[in-house]
Amino acid sequence: MSREELEKRFQEKIDAEIKIEPKDWMPERYRRNLIRQISQHAHSEVVGMLPEGNWITRAPTLRRKVALLAKVQDEAGHGLYLYSAAETLGISREEMIEQLLSGKAKYSSIFNYPTLTWADIGAIGWLVDGAAIMNQVMLTRTSYGPYARAMVRICKEESFHQRQGYEIMLTLARGTEVQRQMAQDALNRWWWPALMMFGPSDKDSVHTAESMKWKIKRKTNDELRQQFVDVTVPQAEYLGLTIPDPDLKWNEARGHYDFGEIDWEEFWRVVKGNGPCNHLRMKARREAHEKGAWVREAALAYAEKRRQRQQQKAS
Amino acid sequence: MTQQEALFQYLLRLGDNALILGQRLSEWCGHAPVLEQDIAITNLALDLIGQARNWLTLAGEVEGKGRNEDQLAYLRDARDFHNLLLVEQPNEDWAHTIVRQFLFDQFNYLLHNELQHSTDERVAAIAAKSLKEIKYHLKYSSEWMVRLGDGTEESHNRMQRALDALWRYSSEAFLTDEIDQLMAEAGIGPDLHKLEPLYHQYVAQVLDEATLQPPTDTYMQRGGKQGLHTEFLGYILAEMQFLQRAYPNMQW
Ligand SMILES: [Fe+2]
Ligand SMILES: [Fe+2]
Repeated sequence: MSREELEKRFQEKIDAEIKIEPKDWMPERYRRNLIRQISQHAHSEVVGMLPEGNWITRAPTLRRKVALLAKVQDEAGHGLYLYSAAETLGISREEMIEQLLSGKAKYSSIFNYPTLTWADIGAIGWLVDGAAIMNQVMLTRTSYGPYARAMVRICKEESFHQRQGYEIMLTLARGTEVQRQMAQDALNRWWWPALMMFGPSDKDSVHTAESMKWKIKRKTNDELRQQFVDVTVPQAEYLGLTIPDPDLKWNEARGHYDFGEIDWEEFWRVVKGNGPCNHLRMKARREAHEKGAWVREAALAYAEKRRQRQQQKAS
Repeated sequence: MTQQEALFQYLLRLGDNALILGQRLSEWCGHAPVLEQDIAITNLALDLIGQARNWLTLAGEVEGKGRNEDQLAYLRDARDFHNLLLVEQPNEDWAHTIVRQFLFDQFNYLLHNELQHSTDERVAAIAAKSLKEIKYHLKYSSEWMVRLGDGTEESHNRMQRALDALWRYSSEAFLTDEIDQLMAEAGIGPDLHKLEPLYHQYVAQVLDEATLQPPTDTYMQRGGKQGLHTEFLGYILAEMQFLQRAYPNMQW
């Protein structure tokens, strides 16, 4: 079959909502686009453990400590499913981690902001997991089977994280004045970075058109961002907190909230590595990897010794 | 000392062991050698903190002064903590973490195995529930002892160094004081003297399989059970208790 014919059939399958599976033929660009996206997603889960992990040892009650530990552990699990999903496309986890540590692969910029107070843990759950859900619910219908199935599992946990984060915010907002201020300050600092999580505006997004054609993505960055704002504004109102955007207002004609312009200069600065924590996040991942090297080597060496001993016994 | 006072202290020992070790293990979350082990070590931390909550809640009830798990965890200073010195030792590397875990798990397993038959039903119930988790912890740490002891030359050397460093904290658990005695007499806790040979027997067996040498001629440190700790505990508490201390009397 000619290449054109293969590509035509591939697109027909996509259009007919038939999932693409690992053994199916796929255009090289589809495969590479997916590897990029899934591995970036996996790295985000793993790097995302760091800002919240920063508060595990300082969680204010034992109940909160257990909940936060379990949440960060879930993110490690998400990283694992996603690395496995990416491996079905013919790349190994080691290669992907190498790409992360060398700076070749990206991860979500949101995790390059610091968690300064306990309220940041609430704000991350509420806003960051909340924004992630918008994206991930869409991805449960993505065209690549293993990715879509990984997302179904992950989404259930993310919505739990979002509720948990919101509940922390609610407790603070209904607490003392100091706690309310802590919550407002966290919202002030996390709001705009959360909006940036959806990526560049559609007119500037290099991957969107192709990703939409192949149904890797099914909504554009701007559509998702709007959806997030529409859902989140009433939640902030219920908390009695103010979203730090003077241009935010309900637009009756559109049936959506209008909101102010994102600081794209900040967006690109953080993407390019100059956010407040980029170097610290990479340092932490690199250190964990390097300090763990002897453990991974020893585990392999021991497994090999055991295999040999069993073989000797058998013969 | 009344039996009730002794029981309160005894429950704090149980709760503080689980809490402080859980706190230490939680420091690994996000930093472990490989994702699968990040998840596994966090499971141990989660189990232990869960157990600590049960013990401390019961301790508060026994004390009868209206203190809950959080008031006990967050508002006591180092001198009022009763965990073993072993569990407050730093993570250092994966080798120290595993050796510390293994030396503790074997004791903790033997202890809970007895506590499930405690004459105090509340103690028996918590112990029985915890025992399932502790059995798994012991399996996990024993397997890692062997894997790393008998892995590469580097892993073997690291494990031996960790064992040499931590061995001095391995016997405190079995040093019986008035509280242990009162609890044993009441049938609430076990006679620790009977558990000690079992402990050493099992530890020796695993060390042998791991090709590690038990240190000889080590002075055994003590004091944690009575509230005399190493300098590490103060820092653990400073970190753990920060919010409750900086913002007193608030709901979180
Ligand atoms: Fe996640
Ligand atoms: Fe999450």
